[in-house]
Amino acid sequence: MIISAAVAIAEARRGRLGERVYSGRSRAIFERGYIAFKSSTWMVILSGFVEPVLYLFAFGYGLGELIGNIESNGLSIPYAAYIAPALLATSAMNGAIYDSTMNIFFKLNHDRIYHGMLATSLGPLDVALGEIGLALLRGFLYGVGFMAVVAPLGLIPSLWGILAIPAAVLIAFGFAAVGMALTTYMKSFQQLEIINIFLLPMFLFSGSFYPLTVFPEWLQFIIKALPLSQAIHLVRGLTLGQINLGLLGHISYFIVMIIVGLFFTTKRLNALFMK
Amino acid sequence: MSTPHIRQGSLEIVDQEKIISRGSLYVAQARLTAMMKWIWMILAIAVANPVLYLLSIGVGVGAFIDKSAGAAGIDGVKYLTFLAPALLATAAIQGAIDESVFPTLEGFNWWKNFLGMNATPISGNQIATGVFLASFVRVVGTVIIYWFVMLAFGALESSKAWLAIPTAVMAGVAFGSITQAIAGLLKDENMFFVIFNRFVMMPLFLFSGTFYPLSSMPIYLQWIGWISPLWHATELGRYLTYGHALTQTMAITHMVFLLTLLVLGIFFSRRIFTQRLAK
Amino acid sequence: MSSPLITARGLTKKFDEFVAVDEIDFDVARGESFGLLGPNGAGKSTTMRIIGATSQRTSGNLTILGMDPEKFGPQIRAHLGVVPQQDNLDMNLSVSENLYIYGRYFGLSRKFLKAKIEELLEFAQLEEKRNAKVESLSGGMKRRLTIARGLVSEPEILMLDEPTTGLDPQARHILWDRLFRLKEQGVTLVITTHFMDEAEQLCDRLVVMDKGKIMAEGSPAQLIKDYSTKEVLEIRFGSERNSAMADQLRGMCDRIEELPDRILLYSEDGEALLEKIYSAGLHPKTSLVRRSSLEDVFLRLTGRTLVD
Repeated sequence: MIISAAVAIAEARRGRLGERVYSGRSRAIFERGYIAFKSSTWMVILSGFVEPVLYLFAFGYGLGELIGNIESNGLSIPYAAYIAPALLATSAMNGAIYDSTMNIFFKLNHDRIYHGMLATSLGPLDVALGEIGLALLRGFLYGVGFMAVVAPLGLIPSLWGILAIPAAVLIAFGFAAVGMALTTYMKSFQQLEIINIFLLPMFLFSGSFYPLTVFPEWLQFIIKALPLSQAIHLVRGLTLGQINLGLLGHISYFIVMIIVGLFFTTKRLNALFMK
Repeated sequence: MSTPHIRQGSLEIVDQEKIISRGSLYVAQARLTAMMKWIWMILAIAVANPVLYLLSIGVGVGAFIDKSAGAAGIDGVKYLTFLAPALLATAAIQGAIDESVFPTLEGFNWWKNFLGMNATPISGNQIATGVFLASFVRVVGTVIIYWFVMLAFGALESSKAWLAIPTAVMAGVAFGSITQAIAGLLKDENMFFVIFNRFVMMPLFLFSGTFYPLSSMPIYLQWIGWISPLWHATELGRYLTYGHALTQTMAITHMVFLLTLLVLGIFFSRRIFTQRLAK
Repeated sequence: MSSPLITARGLTKKFDEFVAVDEIDFDVARGESFGLLGPNGAGKSTTMRIIGATSQRTSGNLTILGMDPEKFGPQIRAHLGVVPQQDNLDMNLSVSENLYIYGRYFGLSRKFLKAKIEELLEFAQLEEKRNAKVESLSGGMKRRLTIARGLVSEPEILMLDEPTTGLDPQARHILWDRLFRLKEQGVTLVITTHFMDEAEQLCDRLVVMDKGKIMAEGSPAQLIKDYSTKEVLEIRFGSERNSAMADQLRGMCDRIEELPDRILLYSEDGEALLEKIYSAGLHPKTSLVRRSSLEDVFLRLTGRTLVD
């Protein structure tokens, strides 16, 4: 049964584009991850959801009282409503990075799970997509959970805000794809730490807590090119209902991240396991 | 090849009295030797941490707060000046946790090198004290570097500002000694870091009057400050760096709180280490 | 003879209800090589930790170097070199730093340790690895480093818990050679092992332990003499037939042990016994005559084999 199914899949994919890297069965890896994820990491997931909520209360309301309203694209909005979308974007990023770096590094170098997977009919792109699927699920859960907290507080003034959920998934996808690609090149935990060293300043300076206009022009330019800043502007545009062509630019940015990330992940897994 | 060596025997060469008086220093020496392997990383973090936070929150968020607060300022000063002592104490606490939790988990759970130490004349008490002393050194270094960065940012206004160094160190090692005792109890640390970071450290960091006066928080949340070493150290630090209003009674209360925590932390670390090794 | 270095009387250790060490008595004399032989779980490591003055006994009396470990733990440990079953090196440090820091735990001076480390690196054949991180060492190298570390303070008593478990045969022989040299220098050795060949090679005297109790005590030769015959005949009839044949063989020799895969026949003359079996019309598939070993002593005492 199983063998004939596997043969059928292999037959069906023969001659199609990318048959060597993709068997159309990333679902199997997603399922494996889902089972592992259900049993052990729910606390991690829950805590990832609590973090932005704590920041929202501490900064949005505590600091908000001191700051008052913030000007964004000519609109004056309460501070909490200003930072809420940034916190959602940041938690989507953090969750995706955790899933695609620490987790994957362990599987690659310690558990050697991929060796077993790639010894079957599964190809490296199946593995990449399957793992990234988990990051997407997490991004989706964070999006829904966070919205359920902030919407009743009146922090999502626009109906467009509902699109922040798929946006969080897109953001998670982009970070997970690039994060996984980078991880496949890492040799040690210390190298992995470099990603974290990069993340903290990005979090602090990407305009989560105040408009980038306080920075000099040249610095604004650099920050805007960073993925977290792109993510924040995308989600903020949606929750505040500031819909413009710029949002398409942010979306394209993440699509490019996804394509580049998947390309290098597949290439690297191929080089590592399919020699 | 090697130098010919005549065996003298431990009865001849091992000095009992010396080990009893200096054992914990030997343990601290081992920890500091290990730390030296990462010294550049430790220094980079010690410098980058204050620069990044003071710039992004102190200066960045500060620009908006100062504009909105006007001449009155926050607690009478620029937001940067108000925020800096809290971040100083936070960095001290973080450094102390790193040097108390990780070595303890290594020693008992991962590499079990504490068992190796304990097979020598070194006692559980000395191991606990040694780990504490090494983390103390790291905290002092971190705090001094942070203090100079604050100075460079112009966040120190009082002539007593240098006294914020010992109060921040005190907060760090007090908190560190408690986490050392807790880490000594852990058999399985899988979920510990997640729970500890997100459900203990994060709320303490965010709700200890770090970013705005504790009094501006709803009354039902203010208890977090009272149990938080960070708030007590921050109050002292604010008084010392810019002259935040603090009654003598409150100053003594803050110091007694931190000192009590430190004494309890060291007491329980020593006790827990000794008991765990004697099994 | 001088008074023993270690004296245990009625030594007992309980973990809650479980009795790990059950009222054992033994003495270890100065310069002696003393072994604790037994299967995994016999209570050897627990006994070692109590002698090592890191674990407290539940009851009984114990004196090490004339002191009670309950009151004088650090004073006793100052004269012990401990090689635990599981290496517990400081993974943060390099090979030579591990030796140096461990020497510091005994309060030894920098000057003394500088020369000592060279000597120990040579002893452990780790000269080329002196600056390597411990993490990068092979299992055998880590083991040798742990043993070298135990010698840094020139201990009166060296305690080795399963010293060669996990080592390849060549590494074992190197280690045995090193331990002989220490014995020649007058170091007292206390060794646990579940390898009978190791016990025969290294121990002047040993106790056989099982389920926390001492089953027998003596030199390897004496134990074999007391509890076994000179020779053993091992024969196989094939696994289904062994048991049926065993009944027929009973009475032909001093003692018979039936194992799942073979039958052991104890006799002073194995060849003669085999002749007798053939002439009785029995034809085993394979046969082997060998000298009795501690394995046979253990089988006699407990009815079980040492290594399952």
